[in-house]
Amino acid sequence: MTAKISYADVEVGTELPAQSFPVTRATLVRYAGASGDFNPIHWNEKFAKEVGLPDVIAHGMFTMAEAIRVVTDWTGDPGAVVEYGVRFTKPVVVPNDDKGAVIEVSGKVGAKLDDNKVRVDLTVTSAGQKVLGMSRAVVRLA
Amino acid sequence: MALDQSFVGRSYPPTAPYEVGREKIREFAEAVGDTNPVYTDAEAAKALGYPDVIAPPTFVFAVTFKAAGQVIEDPQLGLDYSRVVHGDQKFVYSRPVHAGDRLTVTSTIEGIKSLAGNDILDVRGEVHDEAGEHVVTAWIKLVARAAEEA
Repeated sequence: MTAKISYADVEVGTELPAQSFPVTRATLVRYAGASGDFNPIHWNEKFAKEVGLPDVIAHGMFTMAEAIRVVTDWTGDPGAVVEYGVRFTKPVVVPNDDKGAVIEVSGKVGAKLDDNKVRVDLTVTSAGQKVLGMSRAVVRLA
Repeated sequence: MALDQSFVGRSYPPTAPYEVGREKIREFAEAVGDTNPVYTDAEAAKALGYPDVIAPPTFVFAVTFKAAGQVIEDPQLGLDYSRVVHGDQKFVYSRPVHAGDRLTVTSTIEGIKSLAGNDILDVRGEVHDEAGEHVVTAWIKLVARAAEEA
């Protein structure tokens, strides 16, 4: 395990490079296959509306997978992540057009812990709304 | 109807091993658009000290969620899955999952709450490898929304 960021080089408030992740219907179909989550709310507009959703929504776990990339791209070594948790607060609505939706992720160091670990607090939004709450990762730095 | 509190603490038998495949990891990494070579190139993974390609942090959810099916579908518990939404998700890792792992999951009901007519179910999934070593623990919070009034 070799994170490329050194514990000594970060402080509380250090910002991680922010990223935007586009998500279209095609993305969701692909994620459904890869993850085995075939819930029709993620690909069938008629079904989604019948259960009271505005439209097809992204898998919460897809959003969770994208958000941690801000951390794993920063450290270089995804195995440096020792803890990762989120709350699913709002769905990411994905319209049936060529643009879809965009998940915006930023992160900053919220605390320095023992054993070269830091807590990263993530902010995850789509269409201006927070879609994940309490989104935090603990990562071991070099 | 509120879920039976006496189910708190109940553990389910370990699942049959899930064998983690390189190509399944590649498929997952591609589906989330992550090009980190440690997911697809065994040499890149070995350079970081891993025995084979590793899986993205949330890959293991498919394994633990399937295991949680034992709880979700337990007829004695009686959860109405048609009203369930995913509330929270958390992972605590001893090490990353890698290709070649044979993972078993032991699911335990950690909490049952009733809040404003919603049933809230917390399930912990302990994931171990073939040697019996701990790999990751996954916590899932499921919320069964109160039935809408007609």
